[in-house]
Amino acid sequence: MHEMSVAQNIIDIVLQHLPDQNAHTVKSVNVKIGKMAGIVPDSLEFSFRVIAADTPCMIDAELKMQLVPLIIRCNGCTKETNIDDPVFMCPGCNSADVTVLSGTELQVSEIEIEDTT
Amino acid sequence: MSVITIERKVLEKNDQIAQKNRDDFTANKVFPINIVSSPGSGKTSILEKTIEHLKGKLKISVIEGDVQTDNDARRISALGVPAVQIVTHGGCHLEARLVRDAMDNVDLHNTQILVIENVGNLVCPANYDLGEAHKVVVVSTTEGDDKPVKYPNMFRNSSVLIINKIDLLPYLNCNVEQLEKNALQINPSLKIFRTSCTTGEGIDQWCSWLELQVLK
Ligand SMILES: Nc1nc2c(ncn2[C@@H]2O[C@H](COP(=O)(O)OP(=O)(O)O)[C@@H](O)[C@H]2O)c(=O)[nH]1
Ligand SMILES: [Mg+2]
Ligand SMILES: [Zn+2]
Repeated sequence: MHEMSVAQNIIDIVLQHLPDQNAHTVKSVNVKIGKMAGIVPDSLEFSFRVIAADTPCMIDAELKMQLVPLIIRCNGCTKETNIDDPVFMCPGCNSADVTVLSGTELQVSEIEIEDTT
Repeated sequence: MSVITIERKVLEKNDQIAQKNRDDFTANKVFPINIVSSPGSGKTSILEKTIEHLKGKLKISVIEGDVQTDNDARRISALGVPAVQIVTHGGCHLEARLVRDAMDNVDLHNTQILVIENVGNLVCPANYDLGEAHKVVVVSTTEGDDKPVKYPNMFRNSSVLIINKIDLLPYLNCNVEQLEKNALQINPSLKIFRTSCTTGEGIDQWCSWLELQVLK
């Protein structure tokens, strides 16, 4: 539901990094999306298309979503686990004292640009 | 074709504004909480009970978020507590910028607790820091015991869980122990209260906790 606002933020960040909006077009935008980032990829794709369609240098930009697994590390036995269900407990020793290593990120990682011809 | 490396958090702008809000709260010794829940779980009712309980002891101010109306702000103002309404016009969550704008109308000098009632939604508000000290998530017994499993983000990002409408338990097949267990698997450090705004049960405990945080 907040994907529209997220898409707007992504496009704002991309535009800030574009050397010249008149001389370049964006071919692709890479974003990292954690499994626990609270984002529905289809919904983000839809929102991105809507806003990109109104942004001349981004009309053909592809949104590449890299989904990042939810990985925890046990602070007791140091075991690292890729968890499917949101149960923040070490399956090795049942400890609840765990650190989340990845899976919450929501980040623009890189863009590909091309000269306008 | 060339590649530009960016590596920036998508919501960094919101986070920066939230940090400004937080700095202002700290400078004014304001304890801010952000109350989140599905629509109708009882956020405003708990707030009304809290105000009745703490009025005269602590200075409370309220920022109300709603998609459409100012009903909740009117309910709070009726209790003699200053309330500022943010109408999001359909927006499904509050952002730090909206709270910052609303703060212009809050007398921070004369506030010890600032309660921000978020828009009723368990998904989006989890991602937006408003500058609060704690998120307080409310679930009512009518919603069943699997809410934490369906909305793990919100439970992971909250410090307090209030299980409201416990007066209705005799009529429902909601297992409160299971609800608590589900929530604690997602966030073992959650502080849990069970309340009823009808009977007043549990409001004492919740308010004592709140008082303790303010006086810390
Ligand atoms: N039985 C019962 N009803 C409640 C309780 N708390 C709130 N309600 C009712 O639930 C409805 C929604 O409450 P409200 O505080 O407006 O929820 P909000 O949307 O989360 O702010 C209202 O009709 C309240 O009277 C409770 O503890 N027990
Ligand atoms: Mg309300
Ligand atoms: Zn372990």
